[in-house]
Order: sequence, then structure tokens, then C-alpha cells
Amino acid sequence: MGEEPRTDQAPKWRTDFPIEWEGDHYVGRREMVKFLTLGSLILAAANWVTALAGKMMRRSVTSEKMIGAASELESKGSMLFRYPTDQDPCIAVRTGEGKLVAYSQVCTHLSCAVVFDKSNDQLVCPCHRGSFNVARGVPTGGPPTRALPRIVVEQRGDQLFATSVEV
Amino acid sequence: MSELAFFIDYSRCIGCQACVQACAECDTHRGVSMIHLETIQRSESVQTAPQVCMHCEDPICARVCPADAIKKTPDGVVQSSLKPRCIGCSNCVVACPFGVPKYSAEIDQMMKCDMCYDRSSVGKKPMCATVCPSGALTYTTMEDIQRTRRGIPINSWKFGGEEVRTKVYVMVPKAVERVDVDLVQITATPSALPEDPYDVALMLEGM
Repeated sequence: MGEEPRTDQAPKWRTDFPIEWEGDHYVGRREMVKFLTLGSLILAAANWVTALAGKMMRRSVTSEKMIGAASELESKGSMLFRYPTDQDPCIAVRTGEGKLVAYSQVCTHLSCAVVFDKSNDQLVCPCHRGSFNVARGVPTGGPPTRALPRIVVEQRGDQLFATSVEV
Repeated sequence: MSELAFFIDYSRCIGCQACVQACAECDTHRGVSMIHLETIQRSESVQTAPQVCMHCEDPICARVCPADAIKKTPDGVVQSSLKPRCIGCSNCVVACPFGVPKYSAEIDQMMKCDMCYDRSSVGKKPMCATVCPSGALTYTTMEDIQRTRRGIPINSWKFGGEEVRTKVYVMVPKAVERVDVDLVQITATPSALPEDPYDVALMLEGM
């Protein structure tokens, strides 16, 4: 058996596939595909879970709260109140057709406070001139794309009560 | 205090199979024992010898792997084959001079002793060394083994023209510096060799 000449220089294929654990950065095709597939599935599932959880949390608001007097609303045209918590500003409006409606005051674009524009019978966000239809709360102009959350309001005599939030 | 090392003392083995059972309880290969408990000249002796992976400094099993599935960690432990890479070709099984790797046909993968890496990497003893009642398998420091044993630990082997250095030590009598394992001498005739009915080399010569 002849002695093979040994060189200290390792051949290139050997450096490409090192025996040392820390030098091994090779990612197999199958591992890559597995990572991409599982990663996409997890991201998609997380989206669904977030969306559903958000919906469930919003639906759970059913507490009743006295928000003011009907006479006050008639005199001003619109009235600000807080519902369901003190952190959630809302606006109640008597529309041109005489209907009582209330919405969250938080603009669905960048969370500025919307105000009632009586002359045009619409809700207007002063920050980026977004506007919402006053009868249904849907955006009619400007950057917002989603409707304002609607607050269900009941009138009992002269008193107004907020009863729930509809998204 | 030097770092912990694995020592095999074949002469202390009593063949109790405790290491085989303990090995099967290792979490990295639950239920399958990786250790080899060899019987030596069974017809004449009850002597047995345990064989764990020697963790060669230049692991020939990893060198011959065409799928790049066997890796050596920075602390010198040669790992079992990587599941996504092993193609079950058994090159390593044939190449290992100590006969350590086992090919498992059920999972089409090679499995071998990884010195219970989940344990030894955090300073615990490998499973077999924790249970061996006679100290044939020991995981301790060099100072401790020199203080408590008569023989000396060596980790150098010679297989024909190839010298192999291992991470695992073997206890041998004091005069020995290196274990020489003679390869099958193809050129020799059976009559020229001493008569030994259990000599594997002789058996192969006669074929």
C-alpha cells in the first residue's frame, strides 16, 4: 500500500462541506421549503386569530350608560360623550332627516377626532379632510377606508342611553 | 481541575448490561440502545467489553459520509447522523475502525453514540457512565482516573498505517503507549500465522 502524499491544504469540496458543526451553514432545499411553508401558515393563522379575537372583544361591549339629554343634542346639533369607557370619545348627531345616530369619534384613518359638519350633513375629520356619511358612518371622501364604529343609542323620555357598539 | 473525559476500562467489564439499558433511556434516541457490549471468545470466556463511540479527532465516519450528515461539535463530540440528511448508505458503518455506527433499517438512518450530548454538554455524565457498577465506563477528570487506577489512559490507536487519536480514553497497562491493531495481512499465508481459532484475520485468510 503506497503512502499518499499529504498536504495541509484541504481540497475545496472539503471546505464546502466541513465536518465541524460550527462551520456548517448549508440549508437543504427540503428544510428551506419546510420553513417557508410553515412560516406562511403560521403568519396566516396569526392574522385570522388576531382578526377574530378583535371581533370577539368588540362584541362583548353591552353595558348601558346615560350619555346626556335629548334637549341638549337638539340645541347643539351634535353632542360629545364617552362610551364604553372614558377612553373612547364618541359623537351623537341628529341627522338632517331627524334620525338620532352616534359614532365613535376616532377617525378610522389616523385616529383624529371627527366633528359634525351640519351644513353638509356629514362627519368630517379635520386632520386630513376625511369625511363620513352621517346616516351610516361609511367614508365618503379623503383617506379613511373603513366605516366609523356605530354606537347604538336609545332615547327614553329626555334621556339618551348608549347600549352597545356595532362595528 | 481539568475537564471531564470518558474512560473505558475493558478489563473491568462484568457484562451486567446496565449500560445497554441506560443507553436506551437516553432522551436523544429513546428506546434504542447505541452501546455495543461485545462478548470476547464466547466459547472460552465470559469476558465482555463495552464499546461506545470513541469520538475521533478526525472522524472517518464523517469523512466518508456522502450526504454531509455527520458533524463534530466544537468540544469534539461526533454527533449521530442528521435526520434530514442521512441517506442510509452505511458508508460510516463500514468505515468506522471501532465498529460503532449502527444502521437502523426501520428509519433508514444511521444512529450512533453521541456521548449523551444533551447531558455531557451541560456537565452531566453520559447515561452509561452513571450506571456502570464496576467503573468500566467512567466519566471523570484525568487527575481522578490517574489517582484511582493502576493502568494509564491512552487515546492513540494504530490501524495498519493509519494513526487515529480519539476523545475517549482507554485504560491499558503502563507499558503501552498506543494500541496497535493489525490489519488483515492479505499477503500472509495461514500457515505462517500462529494458530488461533478465534483470530478474525486468520478466519478471513482461510476463506
